[in-house]
Amino acid sequence: MTWRAIILALFFASFFTSTATFASATTEAALAVDPVAEKRLQKLSEELRCLVCQNQTIADSNAELAQDLRREVRAMIKDGKTDKEIVDFMVVRYGDFVLYRPPVKGITLLLWGGPIALMLLGLFVLQRYLRRRSTRINAEDQPLSAEESSRADTLLKELNPK
Amino acid sequence: MNRYFWILGAFAALVLLLAVGLGLNPRDVPSPLVGKPAPAFNLNVLATPDKALGPKDMQGKVWLLNVWASWCVSCRAEHPVLVEFSKKVDVPLIGLNYKEVRGDGGFDMGKMAADEEKKLAFQRANKWLADHGDPYKLTVMDLDGRVGIDYGVYGVPETYVIDKAGVIRMKHTGPITPDILGKKIMPLLAELNK
Repeated sequence: MTWRAIILALFFASFFTSTATFASATTEAALAVDPVAEKRLQKLSEELRCLVCQNQTIADSNAELAQDLRREVRAMIKDGKTDKEIVDFMVVRYGDFVLYRPPVKGITLLLWGGPIALMLLGLFVLQRYLRRRSTRINAEDQPLSAEESSRADTLLKELNPK
Repeated sequence: MNRYFWILGAFAALVLLLAVGLGLNPRDVPSPLVGKPAPAFNLNVLATPDKALGPKDMQGKVWLLNVWASWCVSCRAEHPVLVEFSKKVDVPLIGLNYKEVRGDGGFDMGKMAADEEKKLAFQRANKWLADHGDPYKLTVMDLDGRVGIDYGVYGVPETYVIDKAGVIRMKHTGPITPDILGKKIMPLLAELNK
């Protein structure tokens, strides 16, 4: 019960902090006029990693570099560049690392496939365990043999002699 | 018994994985620019502000591009190594001063005019080199960090080794230590200058 409460509290706390950072990034972006462009900026910024504080997107981060990169993205949107062109611009300079969702290729195979492989392994182990357990339980669930039931009878008679 | 062996084995594998992960430097992001031509720029030279310099002017030479700023603490740590290097080795070292004023964080950039920023940046950079020694053949000024973005700069200091054809052959992020200079940069320079 208490654990559940704590987990719920943590969940909501994280939810509110993330909306808070989102809000601050939007306030800054509100300087520009075009809401469509701003929406694209917001969406693109959430796909790009800030290389200074590596676990934040450039939308969340307030590091200097993130601000500069947002400025670049905004300028490119203004120039009519497509989303792909903008993302490519970043990848050419900072590598796949700048993408929050790195592309699936040889070097990232373990990254993408790892969790699925681990889950399959877990399911396999679980299934094997459950099967073993059920055969064990079935084995124990056999009706008593003649010898066993006669022994049980004697024991029961010893306990409550009539 | 067998089961405990498996659990222990899985645990050991996890520990090993984490140990290796902790040993890696997360700042050491491989640069996609290695093997590519050095991005072009044309920036004002610190000593002669009316003149500009770019990678084109360095064509035919093996050279180093070192990104620095006076507000950058690690730059101060690597500076003596660079000064030593410039005295001993005949390879041009070009400084790229990165966001001298904007990067400092102590100025309200909304209130500063462009020419004011430029004046202050040149002043600060010159003073820093006068105080700590100037290992650079030339320093160019990247006031707004736009060239820095082209070079994928994300943690000053950064150093690039560029070959005679103008191709980036190596990038080092973070301060250059005597160890890195001796074991990585010097052998590469020798090879490129053959």
